[in-house]
Amino acid sequence: MNKIVEKFKLSENVCKFVVEAPMIAKSRKPGNFVILRVGEKGERIPLTIVDSDIAKGTITLIVQNVGASSRKLCQLEAGESLTDMVGPLGKATHIYKAGTILALGGGVGVAPLFPIVKAFKEAGNRVITVLAARSKDLVILENEMREWSDEVIVMTDDGSSGRKGLVTEGAEEVIKREKVDECVAIGPAIMMKFCALLTKKYNVPTQVSLNTIMVDGTGMCGACRVTVNGETKFTCIDGPEFNAHQIDFDELLQRMRAYKNEEDQARNNK
Amino acid sequence: MTEYTEMLNRERNAEWRVALRNSVPNKERIAIERVKMTEVEPHERIKSQTCEVNCGLTAEQAQREASRCMDCVTPTCVEGCPVSINIPKFVKQIEVGKFLDAAATLKEFSALPAVCGRVCPQEKQCEIKCFYSQKMKKEPVAIGYLERFAADYERLSGKIQIPKVEARNGIKVAAIGSGPSALSFAGDMIKFGYEVTVFEALHEIGGVLKYGIPEFRLPNSVVDVELENLKEMGVNFEKNFVVGRTASFDDLKELGYQAFFVGSGAGLPNFMNIPGENLNGVMSSNEYLTRVNLMYANQSDSDTPVMLGKRVAVIGGGNTAMDAVRTSKRLGAERSIIIYRRSLDEMPARLEEIKHAQEEGIEFMNLANPVEYLADAGGRVAKVRLQRMELGEPDASGRRRPVAIEGDIVEIEVDLVIVAIGVSPNPLIPACLAGLKMSRYGTIEVNEETMQSSIPEIFAGGDIVRGGATVILAMGDGRRAAASMHRYLQEKHKK
Ligand SMILES: Cc1cc2nc3c(=O)[nH]c(=O)nc-3n(C[C@H](O)[C@H](O)[C@H](O)COP(=O)(O)OP(=O)(O)OC[C@H]3O[C@@H](n4cnc5c(N)ncnc54)[C@H](O)[C@@H]3O)c2cc1C
Ligand SMILES: Cc1cc2nc3c(=O)[nH]c(=O)nc-3n(C[C@H](O)[C@H](O)[C@H](O)COP(=O)(O)OP(=O)(O)OC[C@H]3O[C@@H](n4cnc5c(N)ncnc54)[C@H](O)[C@@H]3O)c2cc1C
Ligand code: SF4
Ligand code: SF4
Ligand code: FES
Repeated sequence: MNKIVEKFKLSENVCKFVVEAPMIAKSRKPGNFVILRVGEKGERIPLTIVDSDIAKGTITLIVQNVGASSRKLCQLEAGESLTDMVGPLGKATHIYKAGTILALGGGVGVAPLFPIVKAFKEAGNRVITVLAARSKDLVILENEMREWSDEVIVMTDDGSSGRKGLVTEGAEEVIKREKVDECVAIGPAIMMKFCALLTKKYNVPTQVSLNTIMVDGTGMCGACRVTVNGETKFTCIDGPEFNAHQIDFDELLQRMRAYKNEEDQARNNK
Repeated sequence: MTEYTEMLNRERNAEWRVALRNSVPNKERIAIERVKMTEVEPHERIKSQTCEVNCGLTAEQAQREASRCMDCVTPTCVEGCPVSINIPKFVKQIEVGKFLDAAATLKEFSALPAVCGRVCPQEKQCEIKCFYSQKMKKEPVAIGYLERFAADYERLSGKIQIPKVEARNGIKVAAIGSGPSALSFAGDMIKFGYEVTVFEALHEIGGVLKYGIPEFRLPNSVVDVELENLKEMGVNFEKNFVVGRTASFDDLKELGYQAFFVGSGAGLPNFMNIPGENLNGVMSSNEYLTRVNLMYANQSDSDTPVMLGKRVAVIGGGNTAMDAVRTSKRLGAERSIIIYRRSLDEMPARLEEIKHAQEEGIEFMNLANPVEYLADAGGRVAKVRLQRMELGEPDASGRRRPVAIEGDIVEIEVDLVIVAIGVSPNPLIPACLAGLKMSRYGTIEVNEETMQSSIPEIFAGGDIVRGGATVILAMGDGRRAAASMHRYLQEKHKK
């Protein structure tokens, strides 16, 4: 059982939780995730560790309500507990002094992007962050990102905040303007696919963090498999970050729809 | 004579055993037919994932079966058991109706008799070495059934004997993983007086016994009782704890753990790396069985989904393949097909499982090997292309090698494919222990007698050492590791 210490609503469908997990707080690194369950018959849901406080023994999670299980989680309040949580899982992000980093976040993907932005900044890099969302209300972590980035560009589909347009438009502008040494893109798979196509065109090395379907998160089931450079990899132990230019995104998009019917049903039932 | 055979002999000469032997002539014993296990009818049992197929023996059946055993001078059956259970002793205790004593005898050797009585490949171990099979070409004494009977009797009687444990000695040791090897290790170490913690990555204790083997073969309640016993003896369980991730070995040493038993299993599923294997609807047996057995995906109140299929193909011929194919039948498949590249005779699955599968209407396509999966318009698997095989020369394992029949390719329609072609050792632990000596198959190398690895305070056993093996071998490893870790720590503390 992990107690929820604080809960905030970041937007209509996105909640931030600060959760007790002293061991995980201590051992986690940027890029790691946890798997948690709500309820004894709950699904195992993977979520990125956004931040941690070793002294308080807590970690921060940000979750978007997209289906039955994430909704259950979003309904919990401070003082209540998660049924269980395990982590930190996955490989940590390779953080080093690269020069200029271009960080691209789409939707709730901004949450997993945050610890990476922070770590690259702390490692002495120049960090330019592009945040993208459908509209103003859905832009999350803008202030936190500003604190840890040299520049933040906000892009919205409807122009209600920042500039009107897609994340790739903001990104292309930066790449054309100055030399970018490495790009990190996190968001919906389709967004990452287009970011990868863009940075490939300009030969900018790019990492993406995949949010495949998972069960155990320890390499036991293979539900999270993805084709990277023609080889099958397990996202939970070989990733979740991979070289964006080597990923078979079409297969990934297909695999993420594997349980679409069952999920739709679950959402309507509950 | 070894110490062990001396002990067997001494026990055999106990007054009651001698009297029992003399009370019934062997000719009469031999004339009794081997008991038949009562089973739930196939059409009934396939309606439920949890209905146990084998019903167990009645006391009367058990006693009659026990009386077949001739209490041999040289009980060869014992040689076939990886943990050398004193088989004639517990069998004779059943014959005279001392069922709780029989259970106690079993527990001297095995931490999980109710489990082994159900899942041991007896026909290849103790029973094949029975005098009946060896010398008389008759059906062996049903040692496995009797073992299950005694263990179940004790459990259902509510008079479970919790083994005595030594006073705590204050030395902390850890088991990593909670499969049969780690559980039997923990059981012995707690008896010796250590402070024992079992760390498990998943949210349930039991390893393959929980997430792999389905309830129709091994009910969770049977495993849970054993776990309760260990808890009562003082074993501490930490779930949701991945050693190497949640905390490193160094962190654990800082917390006072002085030695470790690694029983992390062979959890990494193998795939064949053929085209279409990443299509939706193709998954590993681990994924399929975990969704159903650990996450209860087949139950309506579970949040975890599982893909259902009308035409299900399971690739492989081992226990895992049988469990997966029989599960698919229970989840409503119209056709459930085993596809295996060798012949029926060469299947590694237990005979009983193959027989049960056949009764349940599972189809067997032997001498066929998938070469490609083809998708429907929605991207889900719709067909599998199979290469037909024939048997060639024997290979290293002594089995005849399957060879492709050039050009003989067939396609069958499927909507769910479960790949059950084996597992590789879980690489998580080795990856975080620099200097740990590994084999080229990714297993941890240990001294076979002491189960000690190249790092003195680290012992290992079960599938992480053997690759995929059996419950009883894993348990035997756990016990041997406990005995030698005990010696190692006593030595260390003498200094
Ligand atoms: C390593 C990793 C890290 C992750 N980190 C985060 C995180 O920090 N915050 C967060 O909110 N989510 C994160 N996710 C995704 C999160 O785990 C899923 O959104 C969640 O499991 C969905 O469960 P559900 O039952 O609510 O929705 P489901 O019912 O399973 O899905 C509902 C609908 O949403 C779609 N969907 C599923 N997953 C995603 C997704 N990841 N993105 C967009 N659409 C999706 C499905 O296709 C489906 O149509 C992460 C995933 C992984 C693998
Ligand atoms: C479907 C199936 C059917 C089978 N049927 C039979 C049968 O009928 N008869 C038979 O004798 N054998 C059978 N086997 C084989 C048998 O189950 C295994 O040989 C046996 O379980 C191995 O035991 P183990 O102790 O090595 O660990 P496992 O049972 O493999 O358990 C290992 C545990 O360690 C945990 N773990 C791994 N890494 C870590 C870590 N870093 N930190 C914490 N925990 C960790 C895992 O989550 C897992 O729970 C079957 C196997 C399967 C998969
Ligand atoms: S543990 Fe297995 S091999 Fe040993 S006696 Fe029991 S059934 Fe036979
Ligand atoms: S070999 Fe068979 S008959 Fe002889 S003691 Fe063992 S079980 Fe009994
Ligand atoms: S989630 Fe099961 S192997 Fe990655």
